[in-house]
Amino acid sequence: MSAPNVRVIPCLDVADGRVVKGVNFVDLVDAGDPVEIARAYDAAGADELCFLDIAATHENRGTLIDVVSRTAEACFMPLTVGGGVRTADDVRTLLLAGADKVSVNSAAVANPGLINDLAQRFGDQCIVVAIDAKRVAPGQWQIFTHGGRRETGIDAIGFARQVASLGAGEILLTSMDRDGTRRGFDLELVRRVSDAVPIPVIASGGVGHLDDLVDGVQLGGASAVLAASIFHFGQATVAQAKAHMAAAGVAVRL
Amino acid sequence: MIHVVDYGLGNVQAFLTMFKRLGFAAKAAKTGDDLVAADKIILPGVGAFDHAIELLDASGMRGQLEERVVSAKVPLLGVCVGMQMLASGSDEGEAPGLGWVPGRVRSLRTNQDARYLPRPHMGWNDVIPGAAEPIFAGMTDPRFYFLHSYYFDCDVSSEVIARASYGLDFACAVRSGNVYGVQFHPEKSHHFGAQLLKNFAEL
Repeated sequence: MSAPNVRVIPCLDVADGRVVKGVNFVDLVDAGDPVEIARAYDAAGADELCFLDIAATHENRGTLIDVVSRTAEACFMPLTVGGGVRTADDVRTLLLAGADKVSVNSAAVANPGLINDLAQRFGDQCIVVAIDAKRVAPGQWQIFTHGGRRETGIDAIGFARQVASLGAGEILLTSMDRDGTRRGFDLELVRRVSDAVPIPVIASGGVGHLDDLVDGVQLGGASAVLAASIFHFGQATVAQAKAHMAAAGVAVRL
Repeated sequence: MIHVVDYGLGNVQAFLTMFKRLGFAAKAAKTGDDLVAADKIILPGVGAFDHAIELLDASGMRGQLEERVVSAKVPLLGVCVGMQMLASGSDEGEAPGLGWVPGRVRSLRTNQDARYLPRPHMGWNDVIPGAAEPIFAGMTDPRFYFLHSYYFDCDVSSEVIARASYGLDFACAVRSGNVYGVQFHPEKSHHFGAQLLKNFAEL
């Protein structure tokens, strides 16, 4: 059986049109400009790029759309955009601005039927459901929304299954316990969700070492790995990450 | 000039940006009249098959598109669902396709050979072109970005110009005379994508 190439996806947290997590590239004119950073990742061989609008307020929507369209002009790789997406119109606007996939989080939890509607309109291939999960007991995870601030009591594995059956094309799975800790993915969570759904799962949250990326695939069963800090702070380049994964036996696009 | 059919689906801007970077004049076609001046045509597309056909019909461009492609033999490149629309029909819907390349679109989801793999097929995959296909000229071990749940099952093996593998071996590029189709996204496939669009522009 052919193993598909695992995707390595740098993620940029954007607020008011600027990248807000510290970024430490060498050749950037402006380290806070998402378009500059996207261009650098494009040149470095990233397989896709992910923009999350963490402010995601209605007033700032125009800025995000401008960032998306300028990035789409500068990069020739797929772009996923998320943060504050609530309606079909939000999705349409982002797609027209140049996004290839749109990620839905809180709105999908509040109304899972939205996924079905979006997949029907735009095709399942462009609808990503972002799941932020926190471990609440051994082998048990719950969904949190609104940037991780709101507890829902919804079981993460069951929700993943539900959105997959409603037509989500992909799941962006973030462990809130690991996010920003650099302690590696929550591999048990990644494994459980990957095994539960027939769609690709992007592992996110906690990458601190290149071995973590390998583990996410080989132990977690992820189709793609997403990381922010490890790339932003120049600890590793995308090319180094891929070389490391290839050496460990993971199929990647070099 | 290259015209990208803008009927409301697909990343039209991504093609225009790529052609601009490559130094080819290109524009979005929004009406049948726009297409009269086309000497190359890109038919993009994403989403559901029936919806795409419906929107193309509603755009009012279908008649002129047929005139340019079928009668005037202007080279056309269908991309993703734009490729699938070239078939006679799709298992995804009821609508008849354009019927310009013999074959039918089938589901990866129900395919027995792909059932152990995540679907949609999403990401970069190796593409194996047939010998001496001009749109794949100048590429060594090309890889392209795929994003799809359906694939083109071509009836005529000589019209398959490249194959890819995802559980099953499938036609990822087809050609019937002046009509080309690719399942992957050249506009999102970095330098291989740029090379393919340059090759198409130079046909």
